[in-house]
This record gives sequence, C-alpha cells and structure tokens, in this order.
Amino acid sequence: MPDSPVLVLAGAEEAPLLELDAYRAAGGYLQLERARAMPPPEVTQELIDSNLRGRGGAFFPTGRKASFIPSPDKVAKPIYVTVNADESEPGTFKDREIMLRVPHRLIEGCLIAAHAVQSKQVYIYVRGEYLAEYETVQAALDEAREAGILADVEIVIHRGAGAYICGEETGLLESLEGNRGQPRSKPPFPAIAGLYASPTLINNVETITTMPKVLELGPKEFAEIGVPPDSTGTRIFCLSGNVRRPGPYELPHGITARHLIEDVGGGVPDERSLKAVMMGGSSFPVMTPDDLDTPLDANSLGQKGYFIGSGVVTVIDDRTCIVQFALRVAQFYMHESCGKCTPCRVGTRWLVQLLRAVEAGTAAERDLDLLLDVCDRIIGKCLCVLGDSAAMPVASCVTKFRGEFREHLEHGGCPFGGDSQLDGLFAPSDQHVRGREALA
Amino acid sequence: MTGLYDEIQEVRRRYPPGTRSAVMPALRLAQERRGWLSREALEEVADALELTPAYCYSVASFYDMFHLEPVGRHTVEVCTNVCCGLVNAQAVLDAFERELGIEPGETTADGEVTLRAVECLGGCSTPTIVAIDHRYRQSVTPDDVPAIVEGLRDAG
Repeated sequence: MPDSPVLVLAGAEEAPLLELDAYRAAGGYLQLERARAMPPPEVTQELIDSNLRGRGGAFFPTGRKASFIPSPDKVAKPIYVTVNADESEPGTFKDREIMLRVPHRLIEGCLIAAHAVQSKQVYIYVRGEYLAEYETVQAALDEAREAGILADVEIVIHRGAGAYICGEETGLLESLEGNRGQPRSKPPFPAIAGLYASPTLINNVETITTMPKVLELGPKEFAEIGVPPDSTGTRIFCLSGNVRRPGPYELPHGITARHLIEDVGGGVPDERSLKAVMMGGSSFPVMTPDDLDTPLDANSLGQKGYFIGSGVVTVIDDRTCIVQFALRVAQFYMHESCGKCTPCRVGTRWLVQLLRAVEAGTAAERDLDLLLDVCDRIIGKCLCVLGDSAAMPVASCVTKFRGEFREHLEHGGCPFGGDSQLDGLFAPSDQHVRGREALA
Repeated sequence: MTGLYDEIQEVRRRYPPGTRSAVMPALRLAQERRGWLSREALEEVADALELTPAYCYSVASFYDMFHLEPVGRHTVEVCTNVCCGLVNAQAVLDAFERELGIEPGETTADGEVTLRAVECLGGCSTPTIVAIDHRYRQSVTPDDVPAIVEGLRDAG
C-alpha cells in the first residue's frame, strides 16, 4: 500500500480543526474561491472526472448526479442543495467525526456544491440525536457567515428527531418538508422534483466534505488514489466491535478487511477468533472469515456479494450467536420500518418472529427455508431500500451459518446457553411493546 | 423572555413561505419548553403554524425523540444496537435498571429520570454509548453507572 493520504480529515489528525482562522491557515476556503471563479459546469466536470462516488451507501457517481440538475434558466423554481447528515446506519460514525473535527470543510463543500448546481439555498439535515455535532457545525456556520464566506448562499441546519428512514433521500425530503418521513416512489428523482418539488441535489456529509479536496488535488490526481477507475479517493472506515483499536480510519479504497482489522485495528482481543464481519453496515450481507483478503473497493466486494456501504467494518468474534445477531438486526429494521409498504412493514415482523422461534429452539427446519422465502419476498419489492436492508443480512446469516441455525433446532434452544455476547440484548422495539401492554 | 409563539415565528422564517417545514423545529421548541408534547402543547404549535393539532400529532408520532407522554426531567438513553451489544451494552442497561429501579421505557416515581434503550447512536468505536440529557458519554461500563446516576440526582 502506498502512503495513505488523509483528505477529508486533513489537519484534524491530532485535534479538531474548528476555528475559521485555523482552517484558513490550512488552506481552507481556497478551493471555494477557485470554484467560484469557474463556470459552474466546469466544477461539475471536475467532480465527474474525479469519479467521486456517494459515501452514504449507494456509491452513485457524485458529478453525474450534479449534472442531472437543470440549469436555473431552464426551470422557474429555486434549486436546492440538501446534505444528508442523518447518519444512523448501525456501525457508522464517520459523518459525526467530520462534523466534530472539520466543520468548515463541510461548509466549504456545501458552498462548492451550491456553486456547481447554481443553488442559493442549502439545507443540512442533521440527525436529531447529534446535539454536539449540530452545535459544532452551527458555530462554524455562524463564523463563516460573519466572515462573508456564504456570499449570497444561505445554509440552514435542520435537525431530525429520531427516525432512521430519514436517511433515505426521499424520506429526508419529506421530513424536511414537515411531514412524516416516509419515502416517495421514484421517479421523479430529486434532481428533477425534490424539495418542494424543485430540483434538488442530495449528498452525504462525507461526499460533500471530499469536494474541496477533489478540487485541491485536481480530479486526475484524486482519481489515482484508491482503486481507479471506480473506487477513487479515501474512505473513513468505521472500525468497531471485537477489535483492539476500534476507531474511524481514513484510508484509501482497496485496503483489505484483514489489513484494517489486524494491522490497523490490532486484531481480535482476548485470544478469540473472528467469526464474521458486519461489512458496509447492518444493511448488507455479513462477511465470513474466508473473504477477509477482499480489497475494500466496490468492485472487489461486489464480485463476492458484499457492499462497501457507509464504510462499516464491525468485527464479530466467536463468542457471538449468529442467530442473536440476525435477530437484533431484524429488530432494528422492524422498529425503523416507516410502514408505508407492505413487504417491509409485514416482512420485518415475520423475520423477527421466525428468528425468535429459531433462537428459542421452537422452529423447524422448514422455518429456515421460510426465513429465506420471506427475505425473497421483501428484496426488490419495496418502495425504498429499507426492506432489502432488513432481508439481505438475515438471508446471508441463514445461508452462510445454516449449520448454527440448525444447531438451535436440534438443541432445542441456543447452543451458547446464555454465554453469547448478544444474549438477551434488549431492543427498543421491546420497549414499545411494553408501553402498549401498559396502556391495555 | 419571548414566548413559544414568537420563537416559532422566528424559526418559520428559515423556510420558504407557505411550507410546513417549521413543524419539526417547532415541536422541538414546544417540547423543550413544556417538557413533553401534551395536547395543549400540540395545540400551541398548531396555532403558531396555522395547522391542525391532528397534523402536528401525526408528525410528532413518527419520530422517536418527540414525547407524547410525560418524561422525566433527565433522560438516560443506552445504545443497544449490535456494535455496543458486542461490547456489553446489555450489562450497562441492566446496571441502570438496578440503579434507577425502573425498566427501559419507564420514569422514576419522583419524575426525575427516564430510562430508554435506543438504536445505534453513532458512537460505535467507544462502546457503550449512553446519552445523558442528549450529551454522549463514551465507553460506559456497568461500574460507571452509580456515579452517573448520582450526578443526575445531584443536578436536581
């Protein structure tokens, strides 16, 4: 691996880069000046040439997305930029790091994006639970406004109130419009009819914050980092779980999961062995140990049925019952399903019921097939990807660890006998059930 | 001191006229001032935004952070998603249950503290994450719990 450049978190390796003066001393806002001196389509072209792709999970080419926004003379409506800072994917904590450590770079990215699509209004939708993050970005924003950096662009921070589904782009727009955050059917896509039915560019925090660095390095040099042509640049990998040194690590695309876990993260502690990796986020198939040498770039992962997602690498060691893991993941999606479409609303409940029965040892072999069948009836059949996100990890656990699922049936219960790390883990959905019982 | 009505009008100006975007910030303001979103609080928000209380209720009921029942003056929220779970979040939750004498979802009899289990708070590299009045405490272990609870009681 060549020397690993730090781009997004540059200047904040030791301490957060919070003050405007300090950010400027580190070259901050110079790329905004450069961008504003360029015709907007040229800025978009640089993003296209860099092949920067969305860091929120979908990995869509950022420049292409910006190019879908019509120019202001073609539409009689305002054009909006919306930043998705509703980071809630289990295992993900990178956008939080950005907001706490380089808030001005996020603002610079917002203003570059606004210039690229000729927008005068930016909304940053910050997850409701992120209080310190909101305060940090708001303070930086006030400072930038005071210094005249915003010029004729207005940036408003809009705080969420606890709903995973608002990280889905159209759910976010609904929420920002003051509605329940239920996703819309697409098309029309946000680039054509997004916020208030106007053309809207939506980007994840990490994606937006990478933009100043794309301009600073130039698209050509940026595109040489990582695994060109498709997985360019760096990622803030979110390493957590049963690993000695968990943390956010900004590294180029293409490092292997093994390198990240063993060399960077110090390996699995307590002389345990690695059983599985929650790869990309809880919404994706789990990785088994035989695939640890897969480079973490979209194509290498894709060839083996994995996703890079939001850069999550959560290590699960052999003390964990995989049925309990699948159950806890399914409970999360059941809790967060917005209820708008049937396969997700009903399917996530089925998954939880079936997994509970497996864990209790009351299920039969045919229930394992039924689990896969329910997953199959969810995947690709919902309005948004939340359904897929519930079904993919569960299906992968059943398929890859079928022997362990079967042991539960043969054993008449969990073979870990209460010693699994996730044993009895309480889920917020249990809390709601209790609330309803109390009312009855 | 400005009233809730005026604060909501201030927030409204951040968004284009004729939109309902101020609903969430308005509900947040009402909750901060009134403690929870009672029928009366929802009516205040509705009046200030020229919407119906039913509409405000429908929005509030979608989001986990809006309270439609009374809650304690302090909140303790323990992440029990998988990343914290792998590093013993359940033991931390159990310790809070013991120390407070309540179960998740409940409020202490004196109305001081509400305990909740919550989904991933995005602090996965420093488990277990516990949000005390929305401020994150990192790497919380069961041993830390008595001091945290004592701190809350002292804060009054």
